[in-house]
Amino acid sequence: MTALPRRRLEKVAINMTPMIDVVFQLMIFFMLTLNIIAPEGDFDIRMPLGKSAGQPSDDLQLPPIKVRLTAQADGSLAGIGMNGEPVSDFDDLRQRVAGIVDAAEASGAVAADVELELDCDYNLDYANVVSAITAVSGRVDDGRVIEMIKKITFAPPGTD
Amino acid sequence: MIRRSNGPATVENDMTPMIDVTFQLITFFMFVLNFSEAEQDERIQLPVSQLAKPAEGVLETPITMQLTADGGVLYAGEVVPVDQIDRPLQQEREIIEAAGKDPKQATVIVRADGRASTGDVQQVIRICQEEGFERFALRALYKPE
Repeated sequence: MTALPRRRLEKVAINMTPMIDVVFQLMIFFMLTLNIIAPEGDFDIRMPLGKSAGQPSDDLQLPPIKVRLTAQADGSLAGIGMNGEPVSDFDDLRQRVAGIVDAAEASGAVAADVELELDCDYNLDYANVVSAITAVSGRVDDGRVIEMIKKITFAPPGTD
Repeated sequence: MIRRSNGPATVENDMTPMIDVTFQLITFFMFVLNFSEAEQDERIQLPVSQLAKPAEGVLETPITMQLTADGGVLYAGEVVPVDQIDRPLQQEREIIEAAGKDPKQATVIVRADGRASTGDVQQVIRICQEEGFERFALRALYKPE
């Protein structure tokens, strides 16, 4: 058996160029596909069939607050009404609802039991409905969100 | 002191820190990549709200109803008129029931354009109710003031 010739130990240099190429390609791909979008959020509404006609969902002592949103011909907001009274804007609506919720809490009821029914014109822009729900479902106080009304229902469309 | 030379020395750049940083960057971009984009359609401009709370966790069996500004519902890549969505919803309900789940526990995510008619949104909700769905999530863009 012949002895194998002794080879000098050599440092194996790995060629890094293809890996760096691929890595940069990946980085550029992820950078280009990045699009920063505002996060989406939900308003959770539980609305079984037959509960949208304005009657309280259970043995409730508090009558529902009725908010009426009327539309102009182009779908923009014409006016807001609450329990038959005109309301100037959504801030005013928030304050009035806050007053009702505070009064309900003062009388021993739970604020979460207060129910609100939205009655909107058919052609009203949906953005106004979201503004109204935002106005009645909570208020921001010193950066904290104070929840107000959770039970929101829709009046059947087409009713007046 | 005599230093022994090991032959001609090759100058080698140490690539390790650069590769480390590059991998960090790739990881960052991978994480911020939004995978739920399939659900988001640029044809729909959601209304903005400062109180829309981002979903806590993953919704159980969500069904997304996307309503465009001109009153069509985007379903499986096609625009379906509002009054014809009962059939696809029926199929959705059958799929949910076949999986042994209750449609009442499923959440219908309503992604309606801010310019859509409220009446159309209500009609979508009514048809969903008739198919046995009870939970709705009205979706809006969250923008704190």
